[in-house]
Amino acid sequence: MQYTDTAPEIAEGRVPAHSRSWSRAIGDLRAGWRQRPLWGHLGWQDIKQGYRRSVIGPLWITISLGIQALGMGVLYAALFGQPLHDFLPYLAVGLIIWQFMAGCINEGAEVFIRNEGLIKHLPAPLSVHIFRLVWRQLLFFGHNVLVWVALMLIFPPEAPRAFGWSSLLAIPALAVIVLNGAWVAILIGIVATRYRDVPPVTASVVTLMFFMTPIVWDYEQLRSKGGAVGERARLAELNPFLHYVEILRRPMIGESFELRHWVVTLAITVVGWAVALVVLRNYRARVSYWV
Amino acid sequence: MVSIDVRNACVEFPIFDAKTRSLKKALLGTVGRAGGKIGVDTKVPIIEALQDISLTLRDGDRVGLIGHNGAGKSTLLRLLSGIYEPTRGSSRIAGKVAPVFDLGVGMDPEISGYENIVIRGLFLGMTRKQMEARAEEIAEFTELGDYLSMPLRTYSTGMRVRLALGVVTSIDPEILLLDEGIGAVDSAFLEKARDRLTALVERSGILVFASHSDEFLVELCTSGLWLDHGEIREQGDLRTVLAHYKGKDPAALSGLSGVKAEPITPLSPLNAAGGRGGGG
Repeated sequence: MQYTDTAPEIAEGRVPAHSRSWSRAIGDLRAGWRQRPLWGHLGWQDIKQGYRRSVIGPLWITISLGIQALGMGVLYAALFGQPLHDFLPYLAVGLIIWQFMAGCINEGAEVFIRNEGLIKHLPAPLSVHIFRLVWRQLLFFGHNVLVWVALMLIFPPEAPRAFGWSSLLAIPALAVIVLNGAWVAILIGIVATRYRDVPPVTASVVTLMFFMTPIVWDYEQLRSKGGAVGERARLAELNPFLHYVEILRRPMIGESFELRHWVVTLAITVVGWAVALVVLRNYRARVSYWV
Repeated sequence: MVSIDVRNACVEFPIFDAKTRSLKKALLGTVGRAGGKIGVDTKVPIIEALQDISLTLRDGDRVGLIGHNGAGKSTLLRLLSGIYEPTRGSSRIAGKVAPVFDLGVGMDPEISGYENIVIRGLFLGMTRKQMEARAEEIAEFTELGDYLSMPLRTYSTGMRVRLALGVVTSIDPEILLLDEGIGAVDSAFLEKARDRLTALVERSGILVFASHSDEFLVELCTSGLWLDHGEIREQGDLRTVLAHYKGKDPAALSGLSGVKAEPITPLSPLNAAGGRGGGG
């Protein structure tokens, strides 16, 4: 054994000693990705946990969303005078997408705070907790999407809606939303660990955004009415959530492809990841001190 | 190559109280300074848990950490595991680290003993296949039998400790970091656990072990490191360091017969929820 007070000749290592480096930030994401068996298992565990000892278990996820969509769908279709046949799939898919996004944001704010015990006792990459969270939300999404399957069987798209090749865009659209869920969780997760007011603020903003995003109301229908209301409905496009909902909802209910939603979401994806990576680089090593 | 290189490392904890750990305070603080009027002190008090730590560990090193409660032993173990990266100075850790600080962390009370074996193993860097292959052997060691298919919440504290020890001692770490407290269960089981613990230490490349039990330290370690108020007071041969720490003549310690070993610290009840890291 040798102890040294002066700097020893340090063996060539791949990771530089300094905490604030790009290689450590990227290394954290890579190492986290390699631990797929761990977060994959934990994600499933989280789902099963909530429904332990219940007879139909995680199927409750599907059922509760189905009930919510059906109840709201019947009510709002009647209020807005829309055919249930069109409105119910529109609403249900909107709710499914919203649940995923809201889950990533709300739980992202507490992703490190809640895992304090694990962070302080086991040297896992921070991204393990992020991947676990996004994976869990994706599993919820998978359960909820059964509602969509059922609705498509009962109410297949009618003209002008129709499934076609562009419906396959649902797959890259989901990928874009998942990618965004990850950067949001990293960014909000780190900031919220330092500033504990962030989780309640996030929760109230997300609730507000639900009503500001066309999920229970159809902004295109409002726009088509024209006049002052139609003009005001255009303002909804300033809400970035609208574009995320649209890139996935349109192909899932057989509506046509709109380029602008993709441009907006992809631009936000790039900017968001850039910001999240800078925050991860600078504050990754601080999280275990802050939790 | 398995190695740990730490140079002039400091670990300093910011202590945010309810007032400073809020966005409002940070924002108002900035405004206050910009205005130059309102004296909002945004400085967060800092606890210097470790100061100017330099050490080099290589394959085969067996280090016993000695020091009073609060001297920084647990913090140093966390620094060596990579959980804390130094706030000043540098640390470089190469090798698969298995920290064993709190036997309960990573254990889920709602799932069965078998499932917990797998999850705990995954947390310690093993693969699912490796853990499944070892489940039988762990079951035999823990003597839990059919209980392993029951949820962990039905276990007594002692049974949980057995299970945790069974898993922890079945892994193949390159760097093994043990915190005190993995001591006593019931005495008959302890003998069995010690054999496994000794075997585990022999398998691992580097061992750093924090304990108040001289007997245990001498059994597992060859060199000693005395921490005092977050600084390295002395490092070198274990018996010499121990003797200086106790304020005794090294010769009196040579056989250890002259020194009455401290009773092994009883294991604190397992905190299945994950436990808060003690600063000690």
